Amino acid sequence: MSGQNGNGKTNGSAPRVGVYVCHCGINIAGKVDCESVAEFARNLPDVVVARDYKFMCSDPGQELIQDDIREHKLNRVVVASCSPLMHENTFRKACADAGLNPFYFQMANIREHVSWVTKEKDEADKKAKALVAAAVHRVRFHSALEKKRVDVHPDVVVVGGGISGIHAALTMANAGKHVYLIEREPTIGGHMAKFDKTFPTLDCSACILTPKMSDVKNHPNITLWSYSEVVNVDGFAGNFKVQVKRKPRYVIEENCIGCLQCVEECVFKNARFDDEFNENLGKRKPIYMPFPQATPPVVLIDPTQCLRFTKGKCASKCAEACEKNAIDFDQKEKIEEVECGAIILSTGFKTFDAERIPQYGYKKYANVYTSLELERLVNAAGPTSGEIKLRNGSTPQSVGIVHCVGSRDQKTNAYCSRVCCMYSLKLAHLVKERTGAEVYNFYIDMRTPGKGYEEFYDRLLEEGNHFIRGRVAEVTDWAMSPEEQGKLVIRVEDTLIGVPRRIPVDMVVLSVGLEAHDDADDVRRMFGISCSKQGWFTERHPKLAPVSTATDGVFLAGACQGPKDIPDCVAQAGAAAAEALALVDKGFVELEPNTASINADLCCGCRTCVSMCPYSAIKVDETQDGEKSIINEALCKGCGTCVAACPSGAISQNLFTDEQIFEEIEGVLSYV
Amino acid sequence: MSKPKVGFNWLASCGGCEEAVVDLEEAILDVVEAVDIVFWPCAMDFKKDDVRSMADGEMDVCFVNGAIRTSEEEEMSRLLRKKTKILIAFGSCSHMGGIPGLGNFYSSESILKSSFLESPSTVNAEGVIPKTETKRSEGILTLPAFQETAKSLDQVVEVDYYVPGCPPPVKLLKDAVQAVLENKLPPKGAVLAPDVAQCTDCPRQDTKPEKLEIKEFKRPFEIEIDPKKCLLAQGLMCLGPVTRSGCDSACMKANMPCTGCLGPTSRVKDFGAKAMAGFASIIDSTDEEEIDRLLDSIVDPEGTFYRYSLPKSYMHAICTTMRNGSGKKGA
Amino acid sequence: MSNGEKTPTGFEPRIVAFFCNWCTYTASDLTGISRLIYAPNVRVIRVMCSGRIDPQFILAALREGADGVLIGGCHPGDCHYQEGNYKALRRFKLLKRFLNRMGVEDERIRLEWIAASEGDKVQKVVNEMTEQVRKLGPLHLAPIATPEAFEHEDKQELVAAGAEGESS
Repeated sequence: MSGQNGNGKTNGSAPRVGVYVCHCGINIAGKVDCESVAEFARNLPDVVVARDYKFMCSDPGQELIQDDIREHKLNRVVVASCSPLMHENTFRKACADAGLNPFYFQMANIREHVSWVTKEKDEADKKAKALVAAAVHRVRFHSALEKKRVDVHPDVVVVGGGISGIHAALTMANAGKHVYLIEREPTIGGHMAKFDKTFPTLDCSACILTPKMSDVKNHPNITLWSYSEVVNVDGFAGNFKVQVKRKPRYVIEENCIGCLQCVEECVFKNARFDDEFNENLGKRKPIYMPFPQATPPVVLIDPTQCLRFTKGKCASKCAEACEKNAIDFDQKEKIEEVECGAIILSTGFKTFDAERIPQYGYKKYANVYTSLELERLVNAAGPTSGEIKLRNGSTPQSVGIVHCVGSRDQKTNAYCSRVCCMYSLKLAHLVKERTGAEVYNFYIDMRTPGKGYEEFYDRLLEEGNHFIRGRVAEVTDWAMSPEEQGKLVIRVEDTLIGVPRRIPVDMVVLSVGLEAHDDADDVRRMFGISCSKQGWFTERHPKLAPVSTATDGVFLAGACQGPKDIPDCVAQAGAAAAEALALVDKGFVELEPNTASINADLCCGCRTCVSMCPYSAIKVDETQDGEKSIINEALCKGCGTCVAACPSGAISQNLFTDEQIFEEIEGVLSYV
Repeated sequence: MSKPKVGFNWLASCGGCEEAVVDLEEAILDVVEAVDIVFWPCAMDFKKDDVRSMADGEMDVCFVNGAIRTSEEEEMSRLLRKKTKILIAFGSCSHMGGIPGLGNFYSSESILKSSFLESPSTVNAEGVIPKTETKRSEGILTLPAFQETAKSLDQVVEVDYYVPGCPPPVKLLKDAVQAVLENKLPPKGAVLAPDVAQCTDCPRQDTKPEKLEIKEFKRPFEIEIDPKKCLLAQGLMCLGPVTRSGCDSACMKANMPCTGCLGPTSRVKDFGAKAMAGFASIIDSTDEEEIDRLLDSIVDPEGTFYRYSLPKSYMHAICTTMRNGSGKKGA
Repeated sequence: MSNGEKTPTGFEPRIVAFFCNWCTYTASDLTGISRLIYAPNVRVIRVMCSGRIDPQFILAALREGADGVLIGGCHPGDCHYQEGNYKALRRFKLLKRFLNRMGVEDERIRLEWIAASEGDKVQKVVNEMTEQVRKLGPLHLAPIATPEAFEHEDKQELVAAGAEGESS
C-alpha cells in the first residue's frame, strides 16, 4: 500500500549504517558464511560499511566499530552476533565510547537464533541475512535516548533463613546494610540446624551454625522476621516494596526470653504432639520452642493443638507462668511492608517424599527411615539424644543405606541431587562409629567431586563399610531364609558382579533427594522470576550470571536454585550478597529507556489506554483541554501494551515504535 | 489574476459527496465567485471529450469522489490526473475505497451474480448479466468492464490531498477550498482533517469512566441509548477513538456511534486492525471462554471494522484468499 | 512483494514470530544454547511483552509475504508485566476470528505460551507450525496496488485507449 516508509530518517541527518558480522570463533562461522552476510549487508539501504570479524565482542572487535564510527561518520550500528540479552550492553557501550548515542545500535541474533539451531548451511545463511536486513531496516529509525537514573533504596530483603540466607544476611549486614531476613518457620537455621555432623570434615553442624544464628539475632543491622512469609512484591530493581505476612505465634516476641517456663506449666503434662523439627520422631507440647538454639529464642503456640483454641477454654497455665506477660492469645496475623533495593531469595528445598516409591517400604515398615530422620537420630540434641535406636528401642546390627531415592530416576526426578552420596557416606560413618553395625551402601555411582570428598569415600572404604553398586529394587520383610527372619531384606542387582542379591538388615535408610518446594511456582511468580520444570529457580545465565535472575535486583542463594551442599550454598550466598551490594552501593539504577509516552497533541482522550497499564502509570490529565491521558514515566515499565491498544496511534514506545517494528517486519521478509 | 479552475467528478459513488458540495449552501456562491468550475458532471452537462480537450494541468484543482470499480472510472481518474495540478480525493470512497470497497470481500463474479440473479428484489427472468460487449442488430454495444476489485483513488493515480468523510463534512470542504485559494496547503499527501481522533471534541467525553472496560458489545437498536453518556461506555461499538475528528461529532450528536468514515489518523496503517486492537484491549476479562462469549457479541466484524477502508487496508491483501475460493464465502 | 519462489514442491514457508523478551525470546535463546535444531523458517522479532503486539503487525507480516505468524508470550499468570499476555490473547482471539472468516487457515496464526525454561517447546512449536504451513502452501495475496504500478500500465493502456478513442 502507499505511504510505505521511504528512506530511514530521524533526527535530521541521513542514516549511515555500519554492519558487523561476528564469527564468534566457529560458533557462528561454522554454520554461517559471515563474509557473504557482510557482502549482502553492503547492499542494504543506508549501509555505508559492512565487515565480518572473528570476535566482535573482543577489544579489537569493538575498536573496529569505533574506528568506523569516526572514519565513516557512522550514525547507526548493527552487530550480527549473539543474543541481545547477552551482549547488547557491550556494544551499546562501545558505541557510546565512540561518541554515538548507544541507542542508535541494533543487534541481530545470528547465533542463538541461527547458527546453533539450523541444520543446513545455506538455510543458516538465508536466515542470518534476513535477520541482518531486519536490523538494518529498523536501526535507521532509531533515535537518541537517555537512560533514566533512579535512586536505590539501601535496604535489602533476604527471603529464607537457612544457611544461605543467614550467610547472605550477615555478609550484607556486616557491610553496613540494613537487612530484613524473612523466614517462614518459627526459627531460622533451615535444614542445616537438623544435621549432626557435616561432611567431609565431620565438624558439628550446630557448632558452626548456631554462632551465625545468634549473630543474626544480635546484629544491629538485621531485622529478623521469623514465622513470616512474603505475600506480595511490587516495584523494580532499586525500589521494591515487599509485603510480609507475620503469622501469629500467640507469644509477644519482644517479651519472651525463652525461659520455657510456659512449656513446663502447660496443662498438657506430657509432650504428645509430633515434633516437626525432629521429623516427628519425638514429641512436643502445643506451646514449644522448635529446638534449644532456635532463633529467635522464642516459644510459639500451635492453635490446632492448644486447648485455648480447640476447646475455647483452658486454665492457661502458660500465661500464668510467664513473668513477662508474653503470652497473647488474641494475637492476629498482620501484614507489614518494607522497602528495599535488592532481594535475595534463599528459600531452600524440601526432601523427596519417600512414600512415592512404595517398593522401598517407607511408612510401611517401621524400620525404614529417611536420611533426614537418621540425622535426627544421630543428633545429640535429637529425640534419642544421639543414640541410634530402632522404634522398638533396640540398636541395629546392620544398616542398609539406599542412595538416589528420588534422584536419577526417570519416574521421579531425572537429576542428581548432588548431596546424597556424601551425606550417605557421612551417615554410614556415624552409624558405624556409634553402633558398630555392618553398614551397606547401595549406590548407582559414587559422586564425590569436592575438596576432601573422594578422600572421605576412601576413608569409608577403609573403615569396612560395604558398597554395593546397583539400584535397589525393593525393600521387603518377606524372609526366604532363616537369617532373613525378622529383618528387612534389600533386593538389588549387584552390577559389579552381575548377580541379584538379598541383603537382610535391621534398618533401612533412604537417602532422599532434594526437590523444590511445592509452592516454588507461586513464589517465583511473586518475584517475577522463572523456574525450571522441577521448580528450581532459574539463574540469568548458567555460567556468567549464576546468582542473578531475569528480574534485576532479585538474586538467588542456595538450594532454591538447584541442589547444593553447604559449602556451595555459602559460597553462592556470598556471591548473591556481593551482587546485591553492588546494586545497592552503586546508589542508582539506570532504567532501560523503553518507556511509553503519549503525544498530548495527538491524544483524543478516549481512555482506552488507562485500563491497560498494570502499574497505574496512565492517568487522565484533566488540567489539559479535552482531558488527555498522560503517562507517568517514572511508573512506566515499558511493556508497550498501551501502545498496541491506542486506537489513534498517539502513544509511542521508545526502542519499540510502530515504525521500527513495521520496518523490522519488512526487513525480516525482504530476504527469501 | 484569473480565477482558479476547479473540477468535481464522481466515480463509484452514492452521490452523497455531491450533496456535501451542495451543503455549502450560501457559501457555494462565494466559491463560485472565487473559482471557475470547469467540470462538474453531476450538476452540469459535461462530456469526456470536454476533459480530453483540456491542456495537461489546465485545471488547478479537481475533487474526485467515489471508488474506482469500472474501467471507465479508472480511465477518468487517469485523465483527470493529467488535466489537474492538484488532485483531491474527496470522501471516504476515493480516500479509502469506502462502501463500494466492501465488495472486495467477494469476487466480482459473485457480486454480479448476487446483484443480477440472486437478489430477491431483482426480476431478471432471462438471467441477463452485463457484458462489456453485446452484439445487437444495430451493432456492438459496449459497457465499461466491472473490475475484480474496487480501489481508492490513490491506488490508481497519484493523489495530492484527501478530504475524508462519508460525506465529507462541509467545514472540511470549505477549509480545503480556502487552503487552495490562499495557497496554504500542507505538504503533499496530507489528509485535510485534524489528525486527532473523535473523542477530542465529542460532547460525551466528560461522561467517560476513568477506565473503559466492556463486558458486552451492543448494537444501537438493542438498547435505549443514553443521549449524554459515552457510547463506548454503553457497550456500543463506537469507532470514535480510531477515527479522525473533523465532523464535529455529527453521529454522536445524533445519538449514534461513530462508524469511522473519516478514516484513521496518520499514525495508523490499518484502520480495522487498530480498531480491533482497541476494542479487544478494553474487553474486561482474562477468562478464555468469557472472552469468546464477548467476541461473539461483535456482529459483522468485517463490516464494522473495515466499513470504509477495506481496499486501503493490509486486510485487503488477505481477503483475496477468500475471493480465491479457499475461504468461507458469504461471511 | 510476492512470496518468493513457491512451486508446489519446493515451497518453504516463511513465518514471522513475535516473542516477548522475558519468556519466549529467552526460551528461544535457550533453544540455541541447548543446540536444539529446528526449522529455519521462523524469523523472530523481539518485543518487550506480547501485549505490545498490535494486530497491525500481524497483518503487515502477512502482507509483506509471511505465510504464518507465531506469537510467543509468557504463560497466563506469568507475565513480566502482570497481564500483558491476556491483552495479547484478547487481540489475538479477535483478529484470529476475523482472519478465519477471511479464509486464513487456523494453523497460520498461532499463539503459544512458552516460558523461559521451555527451550524445547520453541523447537517443537516451530517445527510443528512450519510443517503445517508447508502443507497449506503459500498464503495467496492480492498484488499491492500502487499508483506507480498503475502508471506503468497506464502508458500502454492509454495508448490503447487513445487509439480506440480516435477510431470510434
